[in-house]
Amino acid sequence: MKKTGAEILWECLVREGVEVVFGYPGGANMPIYDAMLSYPVHHVLVRHEQGGAHMADGYARASGKVGVAMATSGPGATNLVTGIATAMMDSVPVVFITGQVAAHLIGGDAFQETDVTGITLPITKHNYLVTRADEIAEVIREAFYIARSGRPGPVLVDICKNAQVETCEFVYPEEVKLPGYQPVDHAPKASLEEAVKLIEKAQKPVILCGHGVLMSKAEEALMQFAVKTQTPVASTLLGLGAFPASHELSLGMMGMHGEVHTNLAIQNSDLILAFGMRFDDRVTGTLKTYAPRAKKIHIEIDPSEVHKNVAVDVPLVGDLKTVLTDLIPLVDEYDHEEWKKEINGWKSEADARSIMNWEEDGKLYVAHLIADIWKATGGGAIVTTDVGQHQMWTAQYYQLDKPNRWLTSGGAGTMGFGLPSAIGAWFAAKDQEIWTIAGDGGFQMTAAELTTAVQEGANVKVAIMNNSFLGMVRQWQEFFFEKRYSAVNMLAPDFVKLAEAHGVPARRVTKREEVDEAIAWARSVKGPTVIEFRVEMEDAVYPMVPAGSALDQMIQRPVRAG
Amino acid sequence: MNYTFIALVENRPGVLNRVASLFRRRNFNIESLAVGRTENPEVSRMTVVVDCPNGDMDAHKIEANLYKLVNVIDVQDVTRQPSVTRDLALIKVKVGPERRAEVNGLAEIFRARIVDVAVDSVIVEITGTEDKIEGMIELLRPLGIVEMVRTGQVSMTRGVTDGVRRVPGVTGRYDDVSLAAMVP
Ligand SMILES: Cc1ncc(C[n+]2csc(CCOP(=O)(O)OP(=O)(O)O)c2C)c(N)n1
Ligand SMILES: [Mg+2]
Repeated sequence: MKKTGAEILWECLVREGVEVVFGYPGGANMPIYDAMLSYPVHHVLVRHEQGGAHMADGYARASGKVGVAMATSGPGATNLVTGIATAMMDSVPVVFITGQVAAHLIGGDAFQETDVTGITLPITKHNYLVTRADEIAEVIREAFYIARSGRPGPVLVDICKNAQVETCEFVYPEEVKLPGYQPVDHAPKASLEEAVKLIEKAQKPVILCGHGVLMSKAEEALMQFAVKTQTPVASTLLGLGAFPASHELSLGMMGMHGEVHTNLAIQNSDLILAFGMRFDDRVTGTLKTYAPRAKKIHIEIDPSEVHKNVAVDVPLVGDLKTVLTDLIPLVDEYDHEEWKKEINGWKSEADARSIMNWEEDGKLYVAHLIADIWKATGGGAIVTTDVGQHQMWTAQYYQLDKPNRWLTSGGAGTMGFGLPSAIGAWFAAKDQEIWTIAGDGGFQMTAAELTTAVQEGANVKVAIMNNSFLGMVRQWQEFFFEKRYSAVNMLAPDFVKLAEAHGVPARRVTKREEVDEAIAWARSVKGPTVIEFRVEMEDAVYPMVPAGSALDQMIQRPVRAG
Repeated sequence: MNYTFIALVENRPGVLNRVASLFRRRNFNIESLAVGRTENPEVSRMTVVVDCPNGDMDAHKIEANLYKLVNVIDVQDVTRQPSVTRDLALIKVKVGPERRAEVNGLAEIFRARIVDVAVDSVIVEITGTEDKIEGMIELLRPLGIVEMVRTGQVSMTRGVTDGVRRVPGVTGRYDDVSLAAMVP
């Protein structure tokens, strides 16, 4: 049967299992929006395309499915760019569909014409410009396959307006033909054997657990491997939740704001097992002195990540879950008692400085608040964050035991991610409790999506950690620029009134004794809520490895007298 | 040091841009890039010569990133493989009739040819390795080179390869079974 290109698009989206899309209409995608009315897909009208991109991203991270965001040509598409780059840096499968001017107008600077495939070339896993209706089915099929397979990532499909309205015979392609795209699965036997030899020799091994563990659904395999070999597990920011924080082998987060004992374990280890992580500068510190005595095994699906930042001894390129499943029967059981004891020694030293052991002094500390929210929610909520100090405190103190509940912009560090990603996550998990922890600065970047939450009835709990500063930048100025504060002192709106103007019930909390009641209130309300916490203005995130320093050169929280 | 890569790519609009953009984005400098059709109309072939200041580490990065491009069907670093390498240059030399014989003599030694003669100039065509062409240019320079164009290096490895796609940076061999099945 003949169908228009726009109808074919929706036919394909429905066949891909798409239930919800986040988008914004305009001249160049109106035929798509017209055809949409005949298909069983829920459309979320966002307030800004960046919000739509983060929602699709949050949906994808929380559901494990491919997210979909739409925009019109020109400014609509360019508003997506930050969201696309965010998904790219964190390997999140999202398909972006943009309208484009008619094919015969391309290159003529037509109204709202922008070279979107050109702009997004370096920030997508792949992209397409579609000029004819009969290309759409094949391209959409490929786009979803590429987005979710191998190392996942965003794919953008730019569809010319003429291709949306022209008709052609709709044939759903049974298979995709991509001669240059074949993600690997198993690693070669010979390499597995080399890895086993290194594991046999190791006295001080550490596993570095990255986002890849979650992407590959390798949590079980990781647990089996870690327990069998009694290897402690350190996590990257995005790997949190893949290994239970309460497990005795868990070392928590590594890197710039990682725990002292975790970074010391890495620096003193003799074998690093890097699982689905990419040795980002935020987790390695300076490479010159990184884990100097350690041999390195790297299990990674993307061959271009192997040897990129850190040269490794045994690369195992393949799907993490598959490779680990192949590896587990080949390794022996170990106990590594000495090594675990050594690490625990460092841990108890560090615990003594913990802010958790401070006595009440009448001030609100974000670390305490995160612990309070953790307690109230039983540690089981989906938590999204914005970017800054509050993000690091949430990573440190919202201790996750379960996977896929931690949504944060890691690689890109995109302020404005928190609220929209939480709304997106709600569409993936409507029966789960969802909190977003935001800073006063970042919240203002995408605050307009509060109305989207109201319009959709999205049950997300917003906690704004208002320190009246662009806190993380202020912290760097305090530590590294002799406290010369430049452009970090920020006037915020009255967040309670702002929320209420959007139709969102809101409260302000200024004292520790009000905290539990406010959290309980938010949890009892059905639909979105906002709590503004007036927190200590000049607190700093500890420990901190200054950018470019060695991983064991940490600035620690000063010991408090009394 | 210069490394040479051969890439087989899908013959579609925009693929050259994807490859070129990758070198820019990963901060590598292309020394030469030659693209053309192959025996298969759906496949184009590129020979890319790239300066790799960090040697094999850089070469691996380039190979693996090219491999990752969806439209790149196969890529090989042929720097250390026995291969045949050619470059073609057209060199216009400003000489009147009295010195044409001199150019002709040089051309013969280099097995180059004079392919055009004008009143005040000749065009010499030379094919060969980089070294050979550089040698010829050096000798022609004193006579007065007014224009020059080069195709960039093209390379072909010797013998017949097994046709198996290899994953860059991996010791040991992947056989076909280890690639994920192409079911969407
Ligand atoms: C879009 C964007 N712009 C700028 C930055 C740089 N940046 C990183 S953290 C930060 C401060 C964030 O302040 P706030 O949202 O109040 O959070 P806080 O650090 O105070 O918890 C800034 C400006 C960024 N990460 N993203
Ligand atoms: Mg702030």
